[in-house]
Amino acid sequence: MAYLDHAATTPMLPEAVEAMTAQLSVTGNASALHAAGRRARRTVEEARETLAEALGARPSEVVFTSGGTEADNLAVKGLYWARRAADPARTRVLASPVEHHAVLDGVHWLGEHEGATVEYLPVDSYGRVHPEALREAIGRNPDDVAFATVMWANNEIGTVMPVAELAAVAKEFDVPLHADAVQAFGQLDVDFAASGLAAMTVSGHKIGGPYGIGALLLGREYSPVPVLHGGGQERHVRSGTLDAPAIAAFAVAGRLAAERREDFARDVGSLRDDLVRAVRTAVPDAILGGDPHDRLPANAHFAFPGCEGDSLLLLLDAQGIECSTGSACTAGVAQPSHVLLATGTDPDLARGTLRFSLGHTSTKADVEAVAQAIGPAVERARTAGLS
Amino acid sequence: MTETSPRPLRVLAAMSGGVDSAVAAARAAEAGHDVTGVHLALSANPQSFRTGARGCCTIEDSRDARRAADVIGIPFYVWDLAERFREDVVEDFIAEYEAGRTPNPCLRCNEKIKFAALLDKALALGFDAVCTGHYATVVLKDDGSRELHRASDMAKDQSYVLGVLDERQLAHAMFPLGDTLTTKDEIRAEAERRGLAVAKKPDSHDICFIADGDTQGFLADRLGTAEGDIVDESGTKLGSHDGAFGFTIGQRKGLRIGHPAPDGKPRYVLDISPVNNTVTVGPVEALDVTALTAVKPRWCGAAPEGPGTYTAQLRAHGGETEVTAELVDGSELRVTFTEPVRGVAPGQAVVLYDGTRVVGSATIATTTRRAPAVA
Repeated sequence: MAYLDHAATTPMLPEAVEAMTAQLSVTGNASALHAAGRRARRTVEEARETLAEALGARPSEVVFTSGGTEADNLAVKGLYWARRAADPARTRVLASPVEHHAVLDGVHWLGEHEGATVEYLPVDSYGRVHPEALREAIGRNPDDVAFATVMWANNEIGTVMPVAELAAVAKEFDVPLHADAVQAFGQLDVDFAASGLAAMTVSGHKIGGPYGIGALLLGREYSPVPVLHGGGQERHVRSGTLDAPAIAAFAVAGRLAAERREDFARDVGSLRDDLVRAVRTAVPDAILGGDPHDRLPANAHFAFPGCEGDSLLLLLDAQGIECSTGSACTAGVAQPSHVLLATGTDPDLARGTLRFSLGHTSTKADVEAVAQAIGPAVERARTAGLS
Repeated sequence: MTETSPRPLRVLAAMSGGVDSAVAAARAAEAGHDVTGVHLALSANPQSFRTGARGCCTIEDSRDARRAADVIGIPFYVWDLAERFREDVVEDFIAEYEAGRTPNPCLRCNEKIKFAALLDKALALGFDAVCTGHYATVVLKDDGSRELHRASDMAKDQSYVLGVLDERQLAHAMFPLGDTLTTKDEIRAEAERRGLAVAKKPDSHDICFIADGDTQGFLADRLGTAEGDIVDESGTKLGSHDGAFGFTIGQRKGLRIGHPAPDGKPRYVLDISPVNNTVTVGPVEALDVTALTAVKPRWCGAAPEGPGTYTAQLRAHGGETEVTAELVDGSELRVTFTEPVRGVAPGQAVVLYDGTRVVGSATIATTTRRAPAVA
């Protein structure tokens, strides 16, 4: 088996499994005052400190959520509602068109149901938002902007955004900027304080932690309106009993992701480069998606002209190679990726894409398996054509 | 099994999310074939066509099919054939009604989608066969050719909607349910035994792309309404309708004619004329047909030479009737009934059988009514 879908989810690190299982049999609600509660709270707060350190943030800036999707929703909806409540003129939302659906659909919803005027920032052919584009968009009327959101690195094509420059522009106009850093964490130098962001999303299971846990890094001056109301945990921003085992494991994975980042980027990046070369050798007309240089080290994304991505997926799956077409599904039906369409990719070409995403368990053998299988698979998929 | 194959085949099982196709896929896998399940997404917007638990177009059906594939232990994919389905089945369905004919979309789907678009893609991707939950039997002859026969259980036989398949298509078709003398309850029991959650799912009967079963409403939405006359055989106006396309030859209900026929007998649709938007009605005897012509013949094997005697089926779930048939100029089938038959609708298929064997299929174009009895 060659598992090359780490961007979807990556195996839990043994250290994280150990931390989680150790906590699973421990009783304690971190909000309770008795000894059991104090013990759980200590676990949670130590994890918060660990994660804050790994991400260049203060512990109080870490708001635990059920994952990346919830953190994105909290940022998008919560910041919008809070900023609009402070000044009803602020109804303009600026978003990159290449966001993950967890951001994009929330932004779209604000437009449909909350009176937001949604503006999608222009991107170049690599899917990158340029700081001047953000400046132009805000500058047209800085007073009516609720917030802006631009992901740190793209989950499909791997392009890295100039986050710090974008944040600096937003800061000039006092507009909060949110970034979904779910894919960036562990692969790039993600430092919340240095970035100048108002809010930033991270997720546990993309970095070797457990499913169902994530966090919104949130500058202390921001109080988004909660999406989940309840007991008032997490700065009254995100209610719900804290999941101490998942949080403990998330922190372990986060610490290791930060510690190992440079080695990971070098080693996995080199494997990824091998994979890109192998694919290009086998299929000379394959088109690498995203920025060829400034991209996630574990991401390789290709368009194969004349192929249906689904056909390639089936053929590679049958050879034990697990990857993704990189686009979202409705009832399992692949739609042309909104990311590729935003970069100006031809819709037919956008149907023939594959994303290989490597991770901490990837080996030379995985790359070799792709090198062997991709040529015949593409040839066969071309015969099947576009339906 | 439909046939015992000496070597395991790479089989693509079309899984609708219903119990029949799930059991068919399970049987194919159990027989040792290398089976991959595929659910056909036939609507570009899955929720828009149908929200119930039946049919072939919902997210729920896709999930049911996926669950079944998981239990059987086979890979599963959803293939988007919505565009082809819209062009070849839905548009054809609408155009046929617009022309005053009565199409059979399931047959068209088998001909153009399951055993054409799907089969071609399957073969290109390296599969040997497409497997479905149809009740019909493929018989492999000693000379390597294949014949399509009625299912062992005549009550469930679906060879009528498969009669459009030619020999090449049959060579790559697998119907694992065809030769079992099992009631639907027994298929459900088998599904239950296999741990398939679709065991208790209701059957689908109606047209999968018409969500509420309201064919007239579906057609009216797409073709618009145009008031026209309902007349009797002498041309006397009896009432009006909202569009001739909404009627089928032999239809009795929904004519909305205010006053009864002079003889008090019910009246039936005899003729639909899209050109002047007129529907002609009359007594049941006037529906008697003695002969028909049919076009676009498809033969399962070689086309027959000269006139021959066959049994014919004229609609899905219809009975058999004895006919003589002859192919004229290689493209028109002329069929004469031994005894007059009633309610033959242009647009439907005439499928010819030799015993249980399907000989071929053609689309009914014109009918010859029995000359009115001399009073």
